[in-house]
Amino acid sequence: MLKLLEPNKIFQITSKAPKYVLLLFIIVLSIGLVEALILSPEDYKQSDAVRIMYVHVPAAWISLGIFSSITLLSISGFIFKNKNFFLISKSLAPSGFVFNLIALVTGSIWGKPTWGTWWAWDARITSMLILALFYLMYLIAWRIYDSEEKVYKISTFITIIGIINVPIIKYSVDWWNTLHQPASINIMTKNSIHSSMLYPLFIMTAAFALFSLLIFLMKYNTELIKIKNKGLDRL
Amino acid sequence: MISELLFMNGYAVYVLSAFSFTLLSFLGLYLVTKIQFVKEQKKFVAKFGSLNTEQANTAKSQKINKEILANATNN
Repeated sequence: MLKLLEPNKIFQITSKAPKYVLLLFIIVLSIGLVEALILSPEDYKQSDAVRIMYVHVPAAWISLGIFSSITLLSISGFIFKNKNFFLISKSLAPSGFVFNLIALVTGSIWGKPTWGTWWAWDARITSMLILALFYLMYLIAWRIYDSEEKVYKISTFITIIGIINVPIIKYSVDWWNTLHQPASINIMTKNSIHSSMLYPLFIMTAAFALFSLLIFLMKYNTELIKIKNKGLDRL
Repeated sequence: MISELLFMNGYAVYVLSAFSFTLLSFLGLYLVTKIQFVKEQKKFVAKFGSLNTEQANTAKSQKINKEILANATNN
């Protein structure tokens, strides 16, 4: 099973996939933008400011999802002694970081008309900022350490410490009295959001997921070529 | 309809700046990633070009190297 994930085998797919993913992303994003900006209704309380949700929420979901995946892959890299897991983690991190920044900035923009402030040291917002710092530390670790073994250990350590923050982000709105509203979408219980807003939200989430897949594929291919470049030096 | 979209009950400046920031971040990340990819691809082609016949044949025995070269010439 793990052999199927060997870079030499999957490069055939990963090298061709970006152009199709890009095309699909443009289609899904165009539909999502029309839904989010034109077709979806305004909120009875927040009016049109609610439309910021269509970029803020998917960005937050995906940045959390990517960080969790990075942690899982890094730990698996150690368990299965598979370098490819680290390579996949490294390729996922840039899009996770950018989605984290988008969630913070769009959240701040949304905060001004709804709370009357651009920023508050509220549990949810602060824990999202801490996640961005973990992403940054992870990316810096890959830049500053040349030794493979060292960077595997340090980056995994960063993700293990950082993953503690993920449930804090998720439950911060329940554990503490925060400015941030509680979750409107829950798998276990009935959603407090109407389907006319839920569908655009899912379409935008799909578009964002496709974008992170696109960046991941491009970054992964770049990393593989980098390795092969080093291989040519050794000939 | 267009004026409604542009005004958004007075929230357009917030909504459109949030969407613009998102799309510009996407564009920025895409371009940076693409530039890095093309740079590595070009480096690979240049290194491959400097190999002698024997080294080139050894390198070509790996399918992935052939694939990288094929993609670089297609782009």
